[in-house]
Amino acid sequence: MSAQRSTAGPAIWVRGLRKSFEKSVVLDGIDLDVDAGTVFALLGPNGAGKTTAIHILTTLLAPDAGEVLVGGVDVVRHPDAVRRLIGLTGQVSAVDQQFTGTENLLLMADLHHLGRAEGRARVHGLLERFDLVAAADRPVQTWSGGMRRRLDLAMTLVGDPRIIFLDEPTTGLDPRSRRVMHDIVRELVGEGVTVFLTTQYLDEADRPASRIALLDAGRIVALGTPAELKRLVPGGSVRLEFGSAADLEQAARVVDGNGPVRDEASLALEIRGEGGVHALRTLLDRLDAASVKVEAVTVRAADLDDVFLSLTGRSGSQEAPKP
Amino acid sequence: MTAHALADTVTMLRRSLRRMRRYPSLTLFIAGIPVVLMLLFVYVFGGTLGAGLGSSGGALGGGAANAGLDRDAYLAYVVPGILLIGVAGAGHGTAISVAMDMTAGIIARFRTMAIARGSVLAGHILGSVVQTLLATVIVVIVALAIGFRPTTGPLDWLAATGLIVLAAVAVSTLCVALGLAANSVETASNSPMFLTLLPFLGSGFVPASTMPGPLRWFAENQPFTPLNEALRGLLIGTPIGGTGLLAVAWCVGVAALGLIWALRLYERLPVRVGG
Ligand SMILES: Nc1ncnc2c1ncn2[C@@H]1O[C@H](COP(=O)(O)OP(=O)(O)O)[C@@H](O)[C@H]1O
Ligand SMILES: [Mg+2]
Repeated sequence: MSAQRSTAGPAIWVRGLRKSFEKSVVLDGIDLDVDAGTVFALLGPNGAGKTTAIHILTTLLAPDAGEVLVGGVDVVRHPDAVRRLIGLTGQVSAVDQQFTGTENLLLMADLHHLGRAEGRARVHGLLERFDLVAAADRPVQTWSGGMRRRLDLAMTLVGDPRIIFLDEPTTGLDPRSRRVMHDIVRELVGEGVTVFLTTQYLDEADRPASRIALLDAGRIVALGTPAELKRLVPGGSVRLEFGSAADLEQAARVVDGNGPVRDEASLALEIRGEGGVHALRTLLDRLDAASVKVEAVTVRAADLDDVFLSLTGRSGSQEAPKP
Repeated sequence: MTAHALADTVTMLRRSLRRMRRYPSLTLFIAGIPVVLMLLFVYVFGGTLGAGLGSSGGALGGGAANAGLDRDAYLAYVVPGILLIGVAGAGHGTAISVAMDMTAGIIARFRTMAIARGSVLAGHILGSVVQTLLATVIVVIVALAIGFRPTTGPLDWLAATGLIVLAAVAVSTLCVALGLAANSVETASNSPMFLTLLPFLGSGFVPASTMPGPLRWFAENQPFTPLNEALRGLLIGTPIGGTGLLAVAWCVGVAALGLIWALRLYERLPVRVGG
């Protein structure tokens, strides 16, 4: 509310952040810089420590070591000053199921001391913005998961925070709620708000993020814009299916250099690291020139697995993603 | 920040009261248990237990004519203990509400907001006090309907109400901490059970002097006993002696320790993920 729009200095600044639980080291020296008014995505598989990082940044958890400034304020020394600047939509829904959407939002308005008229106006605006007007006066326990998630974010926005933390905001969401989330993130950044989000999925981070950090085994193993990261990662794969064993044989000879994987049973050839449009066109042109008839082409875009495979040498999604 | 302490506490109390209005079954349950216990003890055991109190001079087998008198005497004797069962029951409900808040993640949200320290807990505690008073009113109405007649004056009744409020503050503060410390709603619904048992292991239902050795020692020295004795004195004029001060001291002590424990848990507890 009274937080001035400070564009000087990074919105989030982290150096040497460490956190362990009992014997397991979860964050093992993390450095982060997030510029004000940008989207930053922390990407990592289940159990990587994303939620732990968010909890430290939002004053819920004390770090073991390191310096953490949010909005230029030290989270350990001045948690209340940080709390005035931030809003968190956690991984676990933080809505009051027993009350209606309107009541949940009005509770937030009261806790931000907005005053009756202003509070009501803000609540109404948020209900409209999040497409929740129709259900607003029903108890939240009767709502769908996607609607609850949207309410969760709406509650975070009541206080007009300058820095917003979203922990897996779209995991398990229906396409409509997912779209609303993406639109809102874009709008918020347009208003100069800083958004820090976590996700398990590369395409998810890709969409709204200006910068992505990849978290693995307690460390940031890659950091950059989506384009920069994709250049690091030979993304995706192409699967070609053929009508005859002869075609398959010839195609394998044509693309030999790429170390294709042959699937004799279904007359298919899988080529990793050829997911890009340009690479795909070149590949098809070469097959065409060699008069190989391709029956079907399946392109799989680069995903978290590819990123992990190439950066850490092992699969990233050994654990099943949460629903 | 402290400038908003009062406003934030009022907001949190309103939340508790709204939940009570929206889901009155919990309050009715909290009042229902002491009412049922009162009816059970008075009508099933009351004739005999009342005779055992020695008020009508009759011992076991004192005859049907005395049973009514004995029963009335027992009703007068047991009402304070029944009221304290209500206090414990409301605390129990509070522990469950707090644990539900924890698992719902809403406490995590509150903790990331610049809300006055303690107002979230104060809202639960004050809501519990209101709930205790509602349960007390219901119990007293039923007690009056079945023949309970306080022999003291309005000032004593006021003091008795004050003592119940104090006991409710102590018990619910402790229960807020128990609710925060519980790692599930189930734990929160079990851990405060001992509070409901304590009035039985004191002077609430039979005089502590009738109990065997170690149990008697416990009964005479546990916090519900001075509360019980002081309440009884304020309602039917039995001697209070030092029990009043002792009761107040116990309440203040338990409330203070409960508050320190609850605040520590609130500030430091790791946020639950899932569950
Ligand atoms: N309060 C806690 N106590 C003990 N271990 C924890 C606690 N919170 C998280 N962990 C562990 O820390 C690791 C990282 O968890 P988390 O930050 O939730 O990962 P993510 O959000 O990336 O899925 C996991 O192995 C998890 O079991
Ligand atoms: Mg997580």
